[in-house]
Amino acid sequence: MEQSEENKKKVVVRVCIGTGGLAAGGKEVIEAFKKAITDFCVDIELDFTCHYQKVGCRGFCARDVLVDVVDGDTSVTYQGIKPDIAKRIVEEHLIKGEPVKEWLIDASYYAFHAKQLKILLKDCGTIDPEDIQAYINVGGYSGIKKIVSAMTPEDVINEIKASAIRGRGGAGFPTGVKWEACRKAPGDVRYIVCNADEGDPGAFMDRSIIEGNPHSVVEGLMIAAYAIGASLGYVYIRAEYPAAVDRLKLAIAQAHELGYLGNNLFGSGFHFDVRIKLGAGAFVCGEETALIASIEGERGMPRAKPPFPVHKGLWGKPTVINNVETLSNIPYIIRNGAAWYSAIGTGKSKGTKVFALTGKVKNTGLIEVPMGIRLGEIIYDIGGGIIGNKQFKAVQTGGPSGGCIPAELLDTPVDFESLGRVGSIIGSGGMVVLDETDCMVNIAKFFLEFTQAESCGKCVPCRIGTKRLLEILDRITRGLGKEGDIELLETLCADVKAASLCGLGQTAPNPILSTLKYFRGEYEAHIREKKCPAKVCKDLLTYSIIEEVCTGCGACRRACPAGAIAGDKKKPHRIDPEKCIKCGACFDVCKFASVSRE
Amino acid sequence: MAGLATVFGSGAMTNSMPEIVNNDLIFVIGSNTTETHPIIGLKMKKAFRKGAKLIVADPRRINLVRFADLWLQQRPGTDVALLNAIMHVILKESLEDNEFIKNHTEGFEEFRASLAEFTPEVGEKITGVPKEKIIKAAMLYGKAERAGIYYTMGMTQHTHGTDNVFSIANLALMTGNLGKESTGVNPLRGQNNVQGASDMGCAPNVYPGYQKVDMPQAKEKFEKEWGVSLSGKIGLTATEMTDSAISGTLKAMYIMGENPVLSDPDMHHTIKALKNLEFLVVQDIFLTETAELADVVLPAACFAEKDGTFTNTDRRVQRVRKAVNPPGDAREDSWIIAELSKRFGYEMKYNSLEDIMKEIGRLWPAVAGITYSRIEKHGIQWPCPTPEHPGTPYLFKGGFPRGKGRFTAVSYRPSAELPDDEYPFVLSTGRQLFQYHTGTMTRKTSAIEAIASQPYVEIHPEDARRLNIADGQKITVSSRRGSIDLAAKITERPLRGMVFIPFHFKEAAANVLTNTATDPVCKIPELKVCAVKIKAL
Amino acid sequence: MPKVTIDGKTVNVPEGITVLDAAKRLHISIPTLCHHPKLTPFGGCRLCLIEIKGIPRPVTSCTTPVSEGMEVTTTSPNLESLRKTVLELILSDHPNDCMVCERAGDCTLQELAYFYGIRENRFEGERRIYTKRDGNPFIERDMEKCILCGRCVKVCDEVEGVGAIDFAYRGFKSKICPPYEKDLDCEFCGQCIAVCPTGALTGKSWKQKGRQKEVREVDTTCGYCGCGCNLTLHVHGNEVIRVDSKADTINEGWLCVKGRFGYNFISSHDRLKKPLIRITLKTRDASRVTRNEVFREASWDEALDYIAERLKSIRDKHGPDSFAGLSSARATNEENYLFQKFVRAVIGTNNIDHCARY
Repeated sequence: MEQSEENKKKVVVRVCIGTGGLAAGGKEVIEAFKKAITDFCVDIELDFTCHYQKVGCRGFCARDVLVDVVDGDTSVTYQGIKPDIAKRIVEEHLIKGEPVKEWLIDASYYAFHAKQLKILLKDCGTIDPEDIQAYINVGGYSGIKKIVSAMTPEDVINEIKASAIRGRGGAGFPTGVKWEACRKAPGDVRYIVCNADEGDPGAFMDRSIIEGNPHSVVEGLMIAAYAIGASLGYVYIRAEYPAAVDRLKLAIAQAHELGYLGNNLFGSGFHFDVRIKLGAGAFVCGEETALIASIEGERGMPRAKPPFPVHKGLWGKPTVINNVETLSNIPYIIRNGAAWYSAIGTGKSKGTKVFALTGKVKNTGLIEVPMGIRLGEIIYDIGGGIIGNKQFKAVQTGGPSGGCIPAELLDTPVDFESLGRVGSIIGSGGMVVLDETDCMVNIAKFFLEFTQAESCGKCVPCRIGTKRLLEILDRITRGLGKEGDIELLETLCADVKAASLCGLGQTAPNPILSTLKYFRGEYEAHIREKKCPAKVCKDLLTYSIIEEVCTGCGACRRACPAGAIAGDKKKPHRIDPEKCIKCGACFDVCKFASVSRE
Repeated sequence: MAGLATVFGSGAMTNSMPEIVNNDLIFVIGSNTTETHPIIGLKMKKAFRKGAKLIVADPRRINLVRFADLWLQQRPGTDVALLNAIMHVILKESLEDNEFIKNHTEGFEEFRASLAEFTPEVGEKITGVPKEKIIKAAMLYGKAERAGIYYTMGMTQHTHGTDNVFSIANLALMTGNLGKESTGVNPLRGQNNVQGASDMGCAPNVYPGYQKVDMPQAKEKFEKEWGVSLSGKIGLTATEMTDSAISGTLKAMYIMGENPVLSDPDMHHTIKALKNLEFLVVQDIFLTETAELADVVLPAACFAEKDGTFTNTDRRVQRVRKAVNPPGDAREDSWIIAELSKRFGYEMKYNSLEDIMKEIGRLWPAVAGITYSRIEKHGIQWPCPTPEHPGTPYLFKGGFPRGKGRFTAVSYRPSAELPDDEYPFVLSTGRQLFQYHTGTMTRKTSAIEAIASQPYVEIHPEDARRLNIADGQKITVSSRRGSIDLAAKITERPLRGMVFIPFHFKEAAANVLTNTATDPVCKIPELKVCAVKIKAL
Repeated sequence: MPKVTIDGKTVNVPEGITVLDAAKRLHISIPTLCHHPKLTPFGGCRLCLIEIKGIPRPVTSCTTPVSEGMEVTTTSPNLESLRKTVLELILSDHPNDCMVCERAGDCTLQELAYFYGIRENRFEGERRIYTKRDGNPFIERDMEKCILCGRCVKVCDEVEGVGAIDFAYRGFKSKICPPYEKDLDCEFCGQCIAVCPTGALTGKSWKQKGRQKEVREVDTTCGYCGCGCNLTLHVHGNEVIRVDSKADTINEGWLCVKGRFGYNFISSHDRLKKPLIRITLKTRDASRVTRNEVFREASWDEALDYIAERLKSIRDKHGPDSFAGLSSARATNEENYLFQKFVRAVIGTNNIDHCARY
């Protein structure tokens, strides 16, 4: 007898379509599943119906595309799925009931999640970001409904103050205090702005949140607007985030359709709407006043504070600018209460923090951890340690404004104050793990190249100061460093920090200062001995062939792009130092470790 | 100026430059302010930054349009109809200032009746400005607290120039925008010392200080001071001089620092007149087109080579100081006049230039309080009757000199020469930013010549397309009086069916084309409207 | 009126003014480069950094409004060291060619370098190199001397309302240029030159005409339109080499292209230098004959005697009303007065007019 469709059991195939998932082929994977099911239907009658659910990033981007197969209470997760594997999963798992072992997630997936505490990312990886109902089903928009009927704006501000949440954009300013200042600022028009101009190299927290749970940002904006008395909000988001922009647009459109945005919301007399403003990708536009200038159609250039945006912001009106992650937290705080939130975390740093964990760590991806977790736990427990079991050297936190924290400080708790004490910052949440093969001078140079190129050019210390810092670093890495360069770096770093106009310049020297603090010896080796201990700075390297070891196979000769290697077959080869361009091709190609790099 | 003098008893900018920044509404009509008065343009821009609204009425898309809240693109020569329609709406919406009308004006009822026919619909029909914009203009102007009107030759160089000025005055009177700071009726003077030359009595009907030559008391006063007997007969205006020279009744002329060949309408007519004279003296700093026709040319000093005073557009008497010596034998005008006078047996004996100033003060009390020492650093605005008087930034505080401001009912009269089948375009002439007047000074300045040395005619893209004219192409523009060849500049600045030619360029002198028809009252020629035809070369 | 204490001196100042302006009232000078009193504060050069009690980092005095009880320190070893660093940084990216610079002796940057005694520079490094290729006849732009103070951008936008230039690019490569780096195409008012604190913007027409210290300044009134702008003529020898305007004038120091650049006619070779008398009467077709064939030079006595004789004879024969005088809107009041007096009192007619009606 034919089973009616309704009576069949439901199987859900959940596919990650965050930017990581999409890049790994998430959409194609869904199509492959659909095709496989259709193909099998031709021959056999299936005893289940298959539903597809697109979900946002769940963090483990290193193993994308991640696919969950949910059958009743049981959920099985696959990793690294490509479209051609879909058919096998359908056949073996869905039809025959036997999960495909070789593509199942392994222990590292569980380890990756064990020490995380997911609040924002929980829904991110489970609900369909393109469906407002999915958000509503998990309690979405209940926060705003609750406050417009039962709480005054002051109540909301007090609640947020009591939660002790601090801004996730970098400075860690208490959100409730900011809202209160704006609400109390004189004026009839106020604005709420969501800062989604995530610019740190390697950071993708905000993008993932918008891609995975855009409605949490919209609801956060609504709550903030209600609290400060704004009726218009802007999301300033970079145009390089097309998927996030699309989902946000869709979310806003869906909210309009349901009457969640517009006039007289929920019959409360509260009006609110959101506009999206695309940024052109200048890093400095993440700075509040530059962001305001950019929305106003001016060049993104910071201006001096005071006046602060809460007093004189967008179009000269009191304005609150909150980061994506901050706003995304708000609905959860309202839903669960300030006490629930402030119970998470430590001392002055409450709640969780999302980090983009990258670099030389095994499990790279997006993680959400409670404030106060130790650095070591993140790197070794969540991150699974260093790739190739190399020696951990340092972790760079906070992006171009942050610093490098060395191995001996791995016990440092991750919170605003503790990271500050060791010379770094939480920042927006970048976390780059470095190992013994990373040169710290070179790392500092990398970040300075970035900040120098992104300096808006307005103030002298940042525009010229970072250029000179970069030049000094550059000459050190090229073996042209002079005695006194370290002291010059220190002086100039201090002056650039003290004299720059905005956060960009004020923090740009941090990567230099923290590496100087913990790895001064490396700088000295570069300058005095003209050596790069990590063997990265190629101008300081010399390549030679150890004649006793060389078999004369000729691999290095063939690999050398400069024709610098000569030698007869089966006889030891030689490198002509005049011609050598220090590319390292011979070093990499030699199977006998006969190329020496010093 | 005659128009304003009739209404208020005095013809000058009623308010002053610094007040502009505090206007809440600026109404610019017939003035390309940012190009012809750039610094007044800056004051206006400052006012916009402070929130002032701007209405521009101009047939051309002048630069100010960029800042305007409302742009009325009226057909050239239809200003009376435009202003009457605006005033019609102001009355309809009861935006007039009845208190002011009652206390300070006369002739309002008669004037009110004259506006009845000028509905916005009628206004639209005559001016081409949509009636919604006319209504909006009335609302903006009528509701403003401190509305200032600014105009220049776009209003006055018409056969109904005086009517235009009457209309402007009516508008300000009915809304009480007079006698208060940051309001007024403000003709912007086109040349550095037009105001001064007028004040000094360089006019056929008045002595210095606007004292009428046909009023015996005035005549006696001047006869006494100058020690001679004077003629009580009103003299010839500049346009009448040209006509009299042609008819032969005028035999000799002495032209000091003017270039009528280029600046007056119908250049061929002007040249004919000057050639017809028995004797012509021209005194200038260059051998101008006019000087070339002279029997004697006298080399004069320029502004940087002499001392004295200029009076600017807001009645501000300011110092001119000698910086360099004149070239060769060139001399100050004052020296030349005095020397010539001596040869007539009349000694103009002054120990210093300031003695002249003192004499003027004795004859015209409004400047009696102005001395060189008082204007050492900053100028003083007349009236300034005593050495203690601070000067007068705006006129008519507390009333008009002639008692009450008079409304003048004005009806719309078309321009003297309208386009027809043979001459289908309206020509308007004027200035551009870089050049100045007939170019006597700017065209001798190499940097300016490097950027703006070419004459051109502005033509609307649609007209150009129809006539198959390309940008930069040489074309012939002809009127009933002559024709000139110059490059076409295709731009959306002029109205369709209208062309504009700057008059600075002798090689394609716009005034070859213009009409000598004049306003019946003040004899100003109609340089803003005549009919021309265009042919590609 | 908040009470503020600056360097130990206490003063009551109006609400909302900046610390920089408050210091000025106390005659305490704070070095600045990007600040201009008539433009909105910029806060870019960082020279005017000051310390305020209770604020952890130095702030710019040009942007910080005063508040009640504020205690300000404008000079300290730390501040002076920061200022010196800033100046060294600017100079490390500046062609130090003061010996040939148009602005030498009249350059804020040069002054500051002098007072801070900057000879050695700790921060030698790459300098921006730009080719000069400006086609306009008025404004010389030497972008290598530009310190990006932004004054020109602000004056062009805030005062002139034109916005012909703006910041472009980022980081060390930041520069100020017209859109798409085309040649400057603007109203050429030269306001940008007037506010430029270095030799980055100068007038092409005063190139190599004379240094400021050799200049005699003469205040006068402009000879063009009716605005009556106050000019300061810069005179070198017997030549006007530059025109500027002072800040406390009716025109607030701003000028237009004609007022600022339209002065070369004064020393034009074409100026009339001698009285001229027509040689052959009645040959008046000036287009056919050259000037030399038409006129001969004469002395003043000869010319004036001749005029007097001719005018007297015409007056005697045809009456005073056969004569008319046209006076000038560009002559002074005194001259206009004398001219009409001549026409009325000497000739005896009211046939006198000028182009006011035009």
